[in-house]
Amino acid sequence: MDKELIREKIAKRAEQEIESISYVNLGIGIPTMVANYIQPDKEVVLQSENGLLGIGRFPLKEEVDPDLINAGKETVTATIGASYFSSAESFAMIRGGHIDLAILGGMEVSEAGDLANWMIPGKMIKGMGGAMDLVQGAKKVVVIMDHVNKNGDPKILKSCTLPLTGKKVVNRIITDRAVIDVSENGLVLVEVAKGFTIDDIVSATEAKLHVDENVKMGTY
Amino acid sequence: MKKILTSFDEAVRDIQDGSTIMVGGFGLVGIPENLILALRDANVKHLTVISNNCGVDDWGLGLLLKNKQIDKMIGSYVGENKEFQRQVLSGELDVELVPQGNLAERIRAGGAGIPAFYTPAGVGTPIAERVEVRTFDNKEYALQTALKADFSLVRAAFGDTHGNLIYNKTAQNFNPMIATAGQVTIAEVEQIVEAGSLDAAQIHTPGIYVQRLIKGKQEKRIEKLTLTK
Repeated sequence: MDKELIREKIAKRAEQEIESISYVNLGIGIPTMVANYIQPDKEVVLQSENGLLGIGRFPLKEEVDPDLINAGKETVTATIGASYFSSAESFAMIRGGHIDLAILGGMEVSEAGDLANWMIPGKMIKGMGGAMDLVQGAKKVVVIMDHVNKNGDPKILKSCTLPLTGKKVVNRIITDRAVIDVSENGLVLVEVAKGFTIDDIVSATEAKLHVDENVKMGTY
Repeated sequence: MKKILTSFDEAVRDIQDGSTIMVGGFGLVGIPENLILALRDANVKHLTVISNNCGVDDWGLGLLLKNKQIDKMIGSYVGENKEFQRQVLSGELDVELVPQGNLAERIRAGGAGIPAFYTPAGVGTPIAERVEVRTFDNKEYALQTALKADFSLVRAAFGDTHGNLIYNKTAQNFNPMIATAGQVTIAEVEQIVEAGSLDAAQIHTPGIYVQRLIKGKQEKRIEKLTLTK
């Protein structure tokens, strides 16, 4: 499948995690795309950690305001009822447990729900931005990513090899192939995407996977 | 009541080699453009810079980086800047990466007389390896110390002659906290108005935090223009 279509498929499935009347923070990359698929009947307020509650659509050419961006530094608009605030206020909101859901990208997730998504030692120096605060403060953390890396190796591991973003912070993993919950007893396979079998998922996952007795097949 | 300057060179003249400076902005939004340019022209060296990002290769703090004026950078995300990565990997530049919320709160604490505080962000990661970790209500928190600066450089949309500032939209970001945490705070504003002409109930930064004001015309470069077609 085309790479863009795979990203779309993951974003669309992730949209189902968003409940109506909730405050949601979407990370940079595929998580940002989730906003494009939010059902119009859902009342959702998107938070941007650079100081905006109520991210709107991208602006028309004549609406562009260089002082109005999202956390990915893209020009955006603000919704009716939006508010602006400082970075300290923004992270009080995040840290203080006021954000219902954070959807973030991931490089590796462990079977304990550890997340690594900010650094490859000796190679990539970008920084964690707000990810370490978000994974600690949001009520629910969903990680969306490809199931395997460029070399076809699993990204869902017994334990992460890269420096962590947070320990035991992930609640659910959504990949191009499956939906996996992090539970007290380890990882639970709850959904399998179209075109894959349970065996496909188990063999592409290094961590131990418990298959839920009500596992749903071909849901997306 | 406040010193209102007209020369950017004069505004930054007492910033010396080895100073610690804080600079407002998120990406290129809300950065004090002309104060940064004046610092580049002044060619002061060995700066420690505290700012969320480090500009891009040819604008904002990236200009100071390119000119080798920064010895140490404390920030949360520097991924937009190739020169940054090069200087860190070659050992020319020392970097302390801080979770964004920790950074904002450390600066706020610096200006608010709080020497340190506990936060959950970074616990169990390399960030908290060398700091005290303490448990409150069954959750672990890491001790973070306050940040202060010799000079704070901020940008606001409006400033009045008493130094009161109002920021525009997401150009607010780190500016209000940074304004409080500098020994000397220099505000570059788009418009300077007489005291009394701003609505006192809408002031973001009260004038007590601001020592110098200067009016600056902003380019407001856009990093990623994204449009609805």
